[in-house]
Amino acid sequence: MFAPSKIEDVAEFVGDSDHVVHIGNGTKFPLDSPSPPNLSLSGLSGIVEYEPSEYTITALAGTPLKEINEALLEHNQYLPFDPPLVEAGATLGGTIACGLSGPGRIRYGGLRDFLIGVRFVDGNGHVLQGGGKVVKNAAGFDYPKFLCGSKGRLGVIVETTFKVFPRPMDSRTLLLSFKTLDEALNALIDVTLTTWDPDAIELDPINKQILLRLCGNTDALNARMPAIQKYFSKTASNIQLLIHAEEIWRGLNEYAWRPRNSTLVKIPTTPTAIPSMEAKLAHISEHRRYSMAGNLALITLSHSDKASTSDVELFGNLSLNADHVIGPTLANLLPHTALEAAIHDRIELTFDPHQKFHSVDPGQ
Amino acid sequence: MTFFEELSKIFPVDRLLTDKEMLSPYESDGLTAFAVTPRGVVIPETQEEVIEVVKICAQHKVPFVSRGSGTSLSGGTLPVENGIVIALNRLNRIVELDPKRRVAVVEPGVINLDVTKAAQPHGLHFAPDPSSQIICTIGGNIAFNSGGAHCLKYGMTANHVLGMKVVLATGEVVEFGGDSLENNGPDYHGLFCGSEGLFGVVLESTLRLLPKAEKFHTVLVGYDSTEKAGDAVSAIVASGILPGAMEIMDRLAIDAAEAAVDAGYPKDAKSVLIVELEGPTEQVESERKELDKILEASGPLELQVAKDAAARLKIWKGRKSAFSAVGRLSPDFIVQDGVVPRKRLGEALRRIEEISQKHGLRVANVFHAGDGNLHPLILYDGTVEGELERGEALAGEILEMCIEMGGSITGEHGVGMEKRAYLPKMFSDLDIEFLMETRKAFDPDQIANPGKMFPEGQAPSLTLYGLHPLEKKGIASRH
Repeated sequence: MFAPSKIEDVAEFVGDSDHVVHIGNGTKFPLDSPSPPNLSLSGLSGIVEYEPSEYTITALAGTPLKEINEALLEHNQYLPFDPPLVEAGATLGGTIACGLSGPGRIRYGGLRDFLIGVRFVDGNGHVLQGGGKVVKNAAGFDYPKFLCGSKGRLGVIVETTFKVFPRPMDSRTLLLSFKTLDEALNALIDVTLTTWDPDAIELDPINKQILLRLCGNTDALNARMPAIQKYFSKTASNIQLLIHAEEIWRGLNEYAWRPRNSTLVKIPTTPTAIPSMEAKLAHISEHRRYSMAGNLALITLSHSDKASTSDVELFGNLSLNADHVIGPTLANLLPHTALEAAIHDRIELTFDPHQKFHSVDPGQ
Repeated sequence: MTFFEELSKIFPVDRLLTDKEMLSPYESDGLTAFAVTPRGVVIPETQEEVIEVVKICAQHKVPFVSRGSGTSLSGGTLPVENGIVIALNRLNRIVELDPKRRVAVVEPGVINLDVTKAAQPHGLHFAPDPSSQIICTIGGNIAFNSGGAHCLKYGMTANHVLGMKVVLATGEVVEFGGDSLENNGPDYHGLFCGSEGLFGVVLESTLRLLPKAEKFHTVLVGYDSTEKAGDAVSAIVASGILPGAMEIMDRLAIDAAEAAVDAGYPKDAKSVLIVELEGPTEQVESERKELDKILEASGPLELQVAKDAAARLKIWKGRKSAFSAVGRLSPDFIVQDGVVPRKRLGEALRRIEEISQKHGLRVANVFHAGDGNLHPLILYDGTVEGELERGEALAGEILEMCIEMGGSITGEHGVGMEKRAYLPKMFSDLDIEFLMETRKAFDPDQIANPGKMFPEGQAPSLTLYGLHPLEKKGIASRH
């Protein structure tokens, strides 16, 4: 496997190859690709430019999130969308390709909102630029957003620029338990309509629990928390202010609740759709959570679950817009309608005229 | 059937305008220096009618420019002389507003502020707040990825669009995204935001609504120089406070705002800084203590704190009226929209002053200091021989400066007609070719808003200096 450390070498490799399957640190591989990777971006790593006063950081695509987070922490800054799999070794490029945000996405925006510039190599081996290095920029098309969730099929992301924010001074986490899922859901929706400015709201539908995180200055949180705890006294069956919440959030960030060797799938949703989602998902997955205030279902599938049917059929039959995050599965779940597919084919031909990044779905 | 015969089958005469005098209101947008008379204007009332028009345009390969209130400051909705204008103002329905999902589904002709008005009873609002929000429409906000005073914290329009239904320039109708914060697959609705109308027409969009902040703390600070205001911004950023907005206006802009709305800005200050903290009450109170210290140390001449909602609105009214208020100081003006790294704001202002003196024209400065987005207002009199050309030359030098400093030619107004000559200074030939190819995936015949964003071939006449090629042909005229 070719593992270049320079952008030009990536471009040359793509230009000279008939088929490109690229990978970062492999925390989510094989994603949708049936072929073994032939291009590793783990060597294309390092922070290019970090300007704390500008709220921007530019780094090569193979840079691990951990390195980014550590550099930002030194200046009391952070990526507010909580990119997942930090400890597992996920890279910036892989996070973008998979379109992954974490619990903090609800407060200031997701990956798509904080990625302000990209350089990528298209199927011709050209290094192209989208967006820029300043926090505000409306020139040209928004390729940074477009590449979020593109699964490596549109090109090789080689350099990224993110907007970053000052890190909140402190945080508080409440674990709220409810008697029924309906009660938990009502509480979740109520919280999203409050003026508390919640930082994360995660729902465990099986245990009917909500994890609520608030961030801010210590004195402000100390002053506000009693009122918030009291707010739930009538609806929640148990209210617990967690002392060592960092560990719990780190675990959620690593999808630590996922059984080993299971496939992790994400399904965008809304809080009001959760009852009908539950009716569909309870049959196919024992392990599931709703992240980002009920905006993303995360479910796991074990191998035995889907022995008789492919994921494409499984989610197609359930009319669910699903995509793989991690796991040994090869199906391409996207796009969904014939017209979307036709438009997507035209776009793919623009980015990848020789279909170098195109992967064949063995299920089809 | 001819093109117009087909249109007249759908539109009655009062919604298919072809008489010269009926077309004149559509000849220009917010960039009034240019005017082009289109072949016709259609005024659809339903999404189906928009789809039909686009299909007819695609069939006859007739260019179209869709427009809302025509507030584009980059000439983004300037008509094309061999095409039609699709006026979307009557597609102004708020189709759905659901507080539980915190979304509003709206048609493109809905006015920005009307979304917030509809959301207000639920304690919600639509965050993007361009200064023209009382008149500009969501369709235009999406096409040009509009910003506003609160972008630093909340992002641009694109950050608040969750999904959309569009008719591509081919006539294909497709939905992208949905009503969730999250999305699977490439982010098409993100790509459509800021595409300057080059892909097609947005028929409906799903917008994210946010709870209105519990507490605002809005401060107006006067300084004896713009540098001091800029230094205060740097100090606030360094402190780790994340204000909802930070805006600076210079003396000329203050004069204009005062003349227009009597906002009570300090009389003898060379500049004012507006800082707004927002959030839960205790958090704002806590940050306020820190902010007070920073502002006291920044050498202010005067410091006003908005005591109530009315005082806050008054401060913002002065700021938001600045563009139109400048009309009181000068018959004509050009609004610039460049971005520089925040730390170079002071230097940028000094250089703008030098460029202004060199060209002998006044420049009023209003800017979003938090994100380095400058809005120099270049004042000129179009009736004085050569002033427009000097104004455009001045504007061009400011853009060159922004690029040189590592910024952008546009923060929130888009490239449009106005800045297309400068696109090659930000992007390589390959990048621009790729932008064009991307557009062709959605609009193979290039009939959707042609002539915007891209420099045409190598035509040197596309600089802002001298006559525009359309003027040379006698097609366009300047007011």
